[in-house]
Amino acid sequence: MIRLNTITDDAPATRRKLVIIGNGMAGARLAEDILAADPGHAFDITMFGDEPYGNYNRILLSNVLNGSQEAKEIFLNPLAWYEENDITLHAGARVTAIDREAKTVTAGDLTESYDTLVFATGSRPFVPPIPGTTLHGVFLFRTIDDCNNIAAFARGKKKAVVIGGGLLGLEAAKGLMTHNVEVTVVEMGPWLMGVQLDEAGGKVLRETIEKLGIKALTSASTQEFIGDRDVTGVRFKDGTEIECDMVVISAGIRPNKELAHEFGIACDRAILVDDTLVTSDPDIFSVGECAQHRGMVYGLVAPIWEQTKALAHRLTGKNPDAVYTGSKLATKLKVMGVELASMGRVSDVKPTDEVVQFAEPGRQVYWKAIVRDGKVAAACLLGDLGPADELVRLFLSEAPAPARRLEMFFTGATVQGEEFSLADMPDDKQICDCNGVCKGTIVAAIRAGKTTVPAVGKATRAGTGCGSCKKMVKGLIEAINGEVKADPSESWYVPGIPLDKPTLVAEVKKRGLKSVSAVLVELSTQQDEKTKNGLASMLAGLWGKEYIDERDARYINDRVHANIQNDGTFSVIPRIYGGVTSAEELIKIGQVAKKYDVRMVKFTGGQRIDLLGIKKDDLPKVWADLGMPSGHAYTKAFRTCKTCVGKDFCRYGTNDSTALGIAIEKKYQGWEFPAKMKLAVSGCPRNCSESTVKDLGIIATEGGEWEISVGGAAGASVRKTDILCRVKTQEEAIAMIGRFFVYYRDNAKWVERTYDFVPRFTIEHLRDVLVNDSLGIVAELDAEVVRTCDAYVDPWLERDKPVYAGQFEDVRTVPLPMA
Amino acid sequence: MTSTLTRRVPLGPLTDLPVGLGHAFQVGDTPLAVFRSREGKVFAVEATCPHKGGPLADGMIAGDQIVCPYHAFKYDSATGQCDQPSACALKTYAVSVVDGAVYVEL
Ligand code: SRM
Ligand SMILES: Cc1cc2nc3c(=O)[nH]c(=O)nc-3n(C[C@H](O)[C@H](O)[C@H](O)COP(=O)(O)OP(=O)(O)OC[C@H]3O[C@@H](n4cnc5c(N)ncnc54)[C@H](O)[C@@H]3O)c2cc1C
Ligand code: SF4
Ligand code: FES
Repeated sequence: MIRLNTITDDAPATRRKLVIIGNGMAGARLAEDILAADPGHAFDITMFGDEPYGNYNRILLSNVLNGSQEAKEIFLNPLAWYEENDITLHAGARVTAIDREAKTVTAGDLTESYDTLVFATGSRPFVPPIPGTTLHGVFLFRTIDDCNNIAAFARGKKKAVVIGGGLLGLEAAKGLMTHNVEVTVVEMGPWLMGVQLDEAGGKVLRETIEKLGIKALTSASTQEFIGDRDVTGVRFKDGTEIECDMVVISAGIRPNKELAHEFGIACDRAILVDDTLVTSDPDIFSVGECAQHRGMVYGLVAPIWEQTKALAHRLTGKNPDAVYTGSKLATKLKVMGVELASMGRVSDVKPTDEVVQFAEPGRQVYWKAIVRDGKVAAACLLGDLGPADELVRLFLSEAPAPARRLEMFFTGATVQGEEFSLADMPDDKQICDCNGVCKGTIVAAIRAGKTTVPAVGKATRAGTGCGSCKKMVKGLIEAINGEVKADPSESWYVPGIPLDKPTLVAEVKKRGLKSVSAVLVELSTQQDEKTKNGLASMLAGLWGKEYIDERDARYINDRVHANIQNDGTFSVIPRIYGGVTSAEELIKIGQVAKKYDVRMVKFTGGQRIDLLGIKKDDLPKVWADLGMPSGHAYTKAFRTCKTCVGKDFCRYGTNDSTALGIAIEKKYQGWEFPAKMKLAVSGCPRNCSESTVKDLGIIATEGGEWEISVGGAAGASVRKTDILCRVKTQEEAIAMIGRFFVYYRDNAKWVERTYDFVPRFTIEHLRDVLVNDSLGIVAELDAEVVRTCDAYVDPWLERDKPVYAGQFEDVRTVPLPMA
Repeated sequence: MTSTLTRRVPLGPLTDLPVGLGHAFQVGDTPLAVFRSREGKVFAVEATCPHKGGPLADGMIAGDQIVCPYHAFKYDSATGQCDQPSACALKTYAVSVVDGAVYVEL
């Protein structure tokens, strides 16, 4: 039998042509699925994409808006990918006509012919037909350009309104919050997220987001956006108004079916397809948000993955009988940091349904399941997803719900939580919820030799979305392969030179390379800013006074000895030893702050004072007026040594923590390291200066000794320090610190904090080397401490003699010559 | 009538530009970032990064690229093309060095 829907031909005389309209999640995925099903694909693929890029992960746009990911991180396939795979991509070309007789599609002056055509045109935001939607400051939220525009416009704005309290509206609201605007979400329905939640769930969500500072207005219908050129407010049907200086509309989506409809393809709410995904024209198919299948138009990616896979298998002939029979939607999402799982429609309750509910208002936890005919027909979970996997399983498999219904929520599995076994997990269990990757797919990739987390990610996409499943991916690699293979570049000191640190140091010494440019010329495979910065730091430590200091190898902060701010000004943090200051010092700082009209004077988390918003031109003057040394709040260097009041004042203090902290900071100020170095000294185990979460922490013990511990953190990572040793005197403590400093400085990778370095070398090894002198290098380390301390020069003294042209000079103004 | 002539504007001596770095200029109405590479090339681009407004003159040079100081987007010094397909290209300006003086064409 000949199948019309199949492109493969036993002996194709000419290559057949597949054209895909739309280069979004569905279009690009279809191309990938085709390559996977038939790597040498027996036909030419041409794609048209309205957006001028390769394709990107639309579901991560929320992260781009809230700043947790850079736009560049969400790209899936760069333009080069299309080239490598022989796919012709017309990016930035909108298809405006098709000719079904001649079998061609046209975008501007480009015409391509097809044998098979696929519509993957997705959908667009719905814009309510009310006045004011074209005002300046009114945005939609669908594309990467929208994201960039919203983010750019939000700068310096005060109040934003988001129209629509659904999933996307809330994501937009959260994104706006991170730009420091006050946000009000306006929802027409009586509660938030009406599709996924019932009234009680909506109320829990509302309380949660209000705690985050977002206002919610429900049952509010918008009548008009007010303003002349710029939007200034929103007016509602009941006559009330709220002021705002920007609006994001997220009021639902509309499938892009118009093009298909105009050229005679049958449409209803969207383009109609059957189980073979074919439209009313036998040579034209459709997948994604523009397709309507068995009455459903989906707005999430999971069903799209099923559709593209079925179609790819059909088209390539891998499985000519592949069909798509519809998706049951179960999603796990994170909305504004609130965990949410939803399946079926919880708000449609029939009189015969059993409703099982559990609420824990104190923790904003709400669970609800609807049991219909003995099976889970719908459920929503908010705040805590303990039972989510079990409920999803019951929902998807349509297995009978447990007779004691509470077991749906409180099974052994829920209580044991983490202790599930990866091995026992079925192959079709989804591991990566962002990209819909199952255990089986990941296992196959690992068996095929992908034994690092990034390699598995590249092959399957698992872990490339929000990243929360990376641990499981790693676990699977370990389970199957025995170990996770190290990525070779992981051991390099900097990305541009394929050598680990000891080899690099040896090579640099052997060749006598004393400047960054010299090292780059001789050893680098790639030039990038990280490599330059890392080399500058390493060479300075290595060559001391012989180092040839090239300022172009340094990042701006390290060139002008201050932190650049988001408006191009800088911050100034003078050193305040041990966090102890004086009336004179405070007066001086106050006077400087006044004289330079400092925008903000702030106590930092490091027990000192920050003067923020200083112009580059003013830096040398501010430093001179302060007359205090640099606090090195900007570079990879010794930062602070926080202290508590200690024995002199505190009734619990057993030793003089402030005196030790000040002594440490005076001795080690200015030391540069591969990463920041932060210390603290506490006068007793109550540990008020948080010594156990510092790179190096010291705590006075009951007997008046000092306990030194290393490798702690409480920033992006949290780790408790490991105890190195106990010493009796302040001098011994200072000496031990110096040894640790030199050993860390000379052995750590670029930007490797002690919280990674200490576990890598192990505390036992460090104790052996630094305390027991097992390598016999302690004397050498001590000598190096002296050398490094001697080399200290306060960088702020460059105020008197800048080291390169225009170092402390803002914009140079040049008049235009007379015409 | 609008003039389509480009103007050649002197920016001062080459030695006033730091080696391997950039400097910010305001030429009439046009803000520029002018760079002088370690290899001796001089080039000029628009002053602000299209990503989030980073001051490019405060950036670094890496190979043939300008690196923005804010989030390290990279731009080709000759074409202005960004290595991130999400950001637009930078406008570039022709620069010449004659007898030790730097000129930009606007
Ligand atoms: C000013 C200050 C915040 C404040 O107002 O209190 C601050 C400000 C910045 N921190 Fe911090 N950190 C400040 C204390 C801390 C602390 C608390 C502490 O030092 O006790 C931590 C947690 C401890 C730690 O370091 O782990 C901290 C963890 C971070 C991190 C995460 C580091 C990590 O590996 O976990 C970064 C990002 C990085 O280094 O890559 C960071 C990066 C930054 C930067 C430099 C970001 C940047 O590159 O622009 C911020 C500069 C802001 C600006 O515009 O000037 N800051 N930062 C604090 C300065 C302390 C000081 O006196 O020197
Ligand atoms: C901010 C945001 C967050 C989201 N979060 C999630 C989430 O967490 N989980 C989830 O499952 N889903 C999420 N979604 C939904 C998900 O992104 C969509 O379901 C998915 O993108 C639909 O894929 P698609 O290919 O059908 O449409 P799209 O991705 O929109 O792709 C269609 C493409 O076709 C192009 N196009 C249209 N017409 C033409 C034409 N005539 N010629 C050429 N090109 C054309 C469009 O420009 C577009 O690039 C989110 C959506 C947004 C906007
Ligand atoms: S100061 Fe630190 S915590 Fe605050 S925004 Fe900057 S990097 Fe983040
Ligand atoms: S502002 Fe330039 S990279 Fe972000």
